[in-house]
This record gives sequence, C-alpha cells and structure tokens, in this order.
Amino acid sequence: FSPVGKMFRPVVRLSTSGVRSLTRTRPCYSAPLASRCYSHAKVETDEEFDARWVTYFSKPDIDAWELKKGMNTLIGYDLVPEPKILDSALRACRRLNDLASAIRILEAVKDKSGPHKDIYPYLIQELQPTLIELGISTPEDLGMDIL
Amino acid sequence: MFYSATLILVQSASSITCFLRLFTCTSLVSLGLNSHPPPPCLYPSPSLTRLSWSTLRTTMLHLTTGRVGCLLSKQAVVALTSSGARMSSHGHHEVSDSVDMSQPMYWDRLDTPLPDRPWKDVLDSTDKSLKQKEKGPWTALSKEEKIALYRLKFNHTYPEMKRPSHEWKTVIGGMFIFFGITGLVVFWQGHYVYPPQPHTFGEEWQAKQIQRMLDMRINPIEGFSAQWDYKNKQWK
Repeated sequence: FSPVGKMFRPVVRLSTSGVRSLTRTRPCYSAPLASRCYSHAKVETDEEFDARWVTYFSKPDIDAWELKKGMNTLIGYDLVPEPKILDSALRACRRLNDLASAIRILEAVKDKSGPHKDIYPYLIQELQPTLIELGISTPEDLGMDIL
Repeated sequence: MFYSATLILVQSASSITCFLRLFTCTSLVSLGLNSHPPPPCLYPSPSLTRLSWSTLRTTMLHLTTGRVGCLLSKQAVVALTSSGARMSSHGHHEVSDSVDMSQPMYWDRLDTPLPDRPWKDVLDSTDKSLKQKEKGPWTALSKEEKIALYRLKFNHTYPEMKRPSHEWKTVIGGMFIFFGITGLVVFWQGHYVYPPQPHTFGEEWQAKQIQRMLDMRINPIEGFSAQWDYKNKQWK
C-alpha cells in the first residue's frame, strides 16, 4: 500500500520561511537561457510539512483553542492530511476528552476528499488501530453519514 | 418591439431573481426560520452592533451574487436574526434582536470543522454526567452516548450541512411569475402606449416598396434583386 500512500501527497506546499509564498513558475521573458524565475524562498517538502503538523498536535498540554485553530487551518489547505497527522490530532482530542471533535475531524477529511471516494476509506483503514485503541467510532458506525 | 420586450424581460428577470433571493432570505431570516444561516466571515469584525435598517437595506440591495462571501451585510443579517449562536442554549426562548458578536459564535461550515464554541452551552445534569463519562475511556460509551456527545457539541453533521435545499424552485417559480407580470405590462404597453404604426408598414405600401426596390435593382448580384427571377416574375 505504499504507492497508495504516495498518491495522497499534499498538492500545495507552503514555504517554511516567514513569507508564505507559493512557489510557482513565473514566466521568464528576459532570459534567453533556461534560468528559472522561482522565488528564493525555501520550499518545504511534504515530509517536513507532515512532521510539522504531527508535532503541532502532539503537544502534550495542547489546549482546545490550539486544536481548533490547528484543525481549521489544516482543513483550509488544499490537501487531505496524511493519516499520521490525523492520528496525532485524534490523540490530541483524547487528551482534551473531546470525542465529538474527533468524529468531526473524520467527517471533515471525508468532505475534503471531495470527488475522490477512495481517499477516506484509505484513511480509515490506516487509522483503524488508533480508532480501536481510543474507542472513536466513525460517523458511518454511528449512522451519521446519511441524512 | 420585440427587442424592447426581450430587454425588459431580461432586465426584470435578473433583477427580480436577485430581489427574490434576497427577499426570501431576509423574510426567512426575519422569521427566524433560517435553515441555512448565511456563512459568516472567517474573521468577524468584533463587537458589531446592530446596524440601522436602512443601511442594511442598501447594503443588501447591492448584493448581486449569492450566499458565499465575507460581506458586512451578511454579518448584519446574522446580527438581526434570532437563529445562529444563541438559539442553541435553550435557556431563553425569546427572539433577541441582535447576536452578541463580541462572544465566540457557533457556525456550521464545511471548511471550519471546529467552531469557536460548542453548540450547546448550557448543559443540564444528564449532559454534565455524560461529559464526565467522556473523560474516561471512550470504549465504555455506547453509540447513543457518542451521538449525544456529538450533538451537544455540534448542530449539523456534514451531510446535514450539505443537504440540498428547495430554494431553486422558489427562485425559478418567482422568475416565471415576474416574467408573466412583465409580459402583461408589455402587452398593455403595446396596446395603450405605443403610437399607431406608420402607414409605410401597411400591406399595400410594402408591396409597392418591394416592387420599387426590384425596379431599382437593389443588390442585384448577391442580395435582394438577385433572389428575384425577372424573367418569370417570381422569387427564385
């Protein structure tokens, strides 16, 4: 399943520098040679991005506001978070004794997958050990995935 | 005449559609029956007090597109409704004019999974005991308890947020009603307002005009007279 894991690499990356610039190729009108006009900001790799977010949610004394802010920001990005980030977030919910938010997070990532119906089952499959360990029911288990 | 009619219809349709949507939205909202509270801005302006009704009306009249957007008038609509943040508390049932925007608010948004405050603020004793149980292992919770905990914290689930509405029927129906009214207006106008047609529109005059054009050989190569068969005195 490792190639499947690579499928869901986040598409949009934000740089780690203070300036949040999206690296895009800007059209080079001047240089005749192949000199690229990339921004000079350092590009954050996917692994760095994931690690940053896992660390964020792994804070032992994370508070409810930080969880909220983190999740809302993460869902705001143009990507579906990796299972390890979600695992970290679900454990943060456990530390905060907040089952409802844990279920909400699962609903949110299902919505983030959009038309790609195979992402959510993959995430649930990867998170199954955590879900069983913490006792988090999926929205499907609770019958909340239908109207 | 047809041009003016279509122009009137198009103009009326577009403006009426906008007015109708605003009308239904505000009417529903003022009745507190808003099942789709307008999604507020991600960063609401703090302590927005109640706007004057005229300001609200003018700002809402300037809206041309639909529901998405960080517009001040949407905030004002929320401010003037009873639904939204305070309705969930179940502590008081009176319709309040304004929502206190200096407090964290609850909203169901697909892109904001965890709102600023839980849906139900005021917990009774059963809720409180459930919350106590939540502090223990979640494997001990039954499905109903888990659902109850979710409903304490959130109003709508994601599928409920994404449910389709029947608003389009109101809009299309209203549009057709206004088309009809406009059609009646245009018909009345054609009958009572327009002056009589010039005499040059009459059958006889038109026939003479066409004959004159043919005699003058108007556009004889590829145009008007080219379509006339002069030998057999008929159209080709």
